[in-house]
Amino acid sequence: MRQDSLRCSLGVVMVALLFANTVTQAMAADEPVIRITARKFEFSPHTLTLKKGVPVVLEVTALDRVHGFNLPDFGVRSDLVPGKVTRFRFTPDKTGEFVFFCDVFCGDGHEEMSGVLTVKD
Amino acid sequence: MDNKIDRRQFLKLTGLGGVVFASGLSGWANAAKKSGQDEFYFVQLSDTHWGFNGPKVNPDAANTLKKAVAAVNALEQAPDFVVFTGDLTHTTDDPKLRRARMAEFRDIVSALKTKEVRFMAGEHDASLDRGEAYQEFFGKLHYTFDHKGVHFIVLDNVSDPGASLGEAQLAWLKQDLKQMRRDAPIVVLTHRPLFDLYPQWDWATRDGAAAIALLMPYKNVTVFYGHIHQEHHHKTGHIAHHAAQSLIFPLPAPGSVPKRAALPWDPDQPYKGIGFRSVEADVKDAYYKIAELPVPKG
Repeated sequence: MRQDSLRCSLGVVMVALLFANTVTQAMAADEPVIRITARKFEFSPHTLTLKKGVPVVLEVTALDRVHGFNLPDFGVRSDLVPGKVTRFRFTPDKTGEFVFFCDVFCGDGHEEMSGVLTVKD
Repeated sequence: MDNKIDRRQFLKLTGLGGVVFASGLSGWANAAKKSGQDEFYFVQLSDTHWGFNGPKVNPDAANTLKKAVAAVNALEQAPDFVVFTGDLTHTTDDPKLRRARMAEFRDIVSALKTKEVRFMAGEHDASLDRGEAYQEFFGKLHYTFDHKGVHFIVLDNVSDPGASLGEAQLAWLKQDLKQMRRDAPIVVLTHRPLFDLYPQWDWATRDGAAAIALLMPYKNVTVFYGHIHQEHHHKTGHIAHHAAQSLIFPLPAPGSVPKRAALPWDPDQPYKGIGFRSVEADVKDAYYKIAELPVPKG
């Protein structure tokens, strides 16, 4: 009885995960992807413009050493390891200009390593 | 000029519990005379960035630290101790140059007449090599000391280049605090703000909230820090946080301009926004009186 119940629960979870994965992939296919590179002491591009309410994927790659990518107004952050693409998917839900920056200290010039995301209606 | 009355009025208006502020030198000399068992004062110097070169923001960078040392030595009464709250040196990728700057810094501050000098690291000193060179010159990155009944805790939120205290240090803090009475006077010295002052400019400690949560049960906790190159006062619950001015260049107020960039040197007001502070401690009442002091122009 207990095993049956457990199997049933696991089945529901697996179906749910499969469904969620399919939905995510289907949505991702239509989403704009913006590729950004990070190296001492700049992001390229360092200005981005997005549309409010439209999901986007950022693919960020460090070229020279470990950096960080932090966009605090949208709760987006990760370490960037060279040779590995880090993907962020989010939907800008407010308009304005928002700073993103490197938050892993990377040397003289670290403080200047930032960019601006503009979100428009 | 005697602005003592104004200063007192200002102190009353600040409303930050056991902490009051004073600006300028007037009235400060009296404070410095306190040296009983329950009273003492210390000097906080911060963000000296020895090795920095940027004539547009500080054309006198090669002399600023020396002038600050002379200013501390010229105080009417020597402080019980001096503490440097990080960024002693300006960062460099070259490990040899980093050590050379640390050696020069150490030589310059060895002229301080104060018996006791405490050091702590900033990200410019310690983030590129996880504090290796810093420890060779200045010792431990986090430690405690006690002075006339006040328990000082030095926290390191810079040797991790991602600005975290880390689980090990948080466990160490928890263990250290266990021995303290809930009403014990505790002063935390650190480089970055422990709270999210302005994360958009990286003015935060990634896991600083965990340290504040550990400190919160203690009634008398005050934090002194640097990093943001300006005087700033904030409270998280009953815990007061006081940022010090830099001894190299000032930075703009949090979020006041689009970009965090050093404020330019004003030839008409040299050393504006650059300075250090004295902190007068009344141990019995866990009461700290802060005076911001300028670097002499001459």
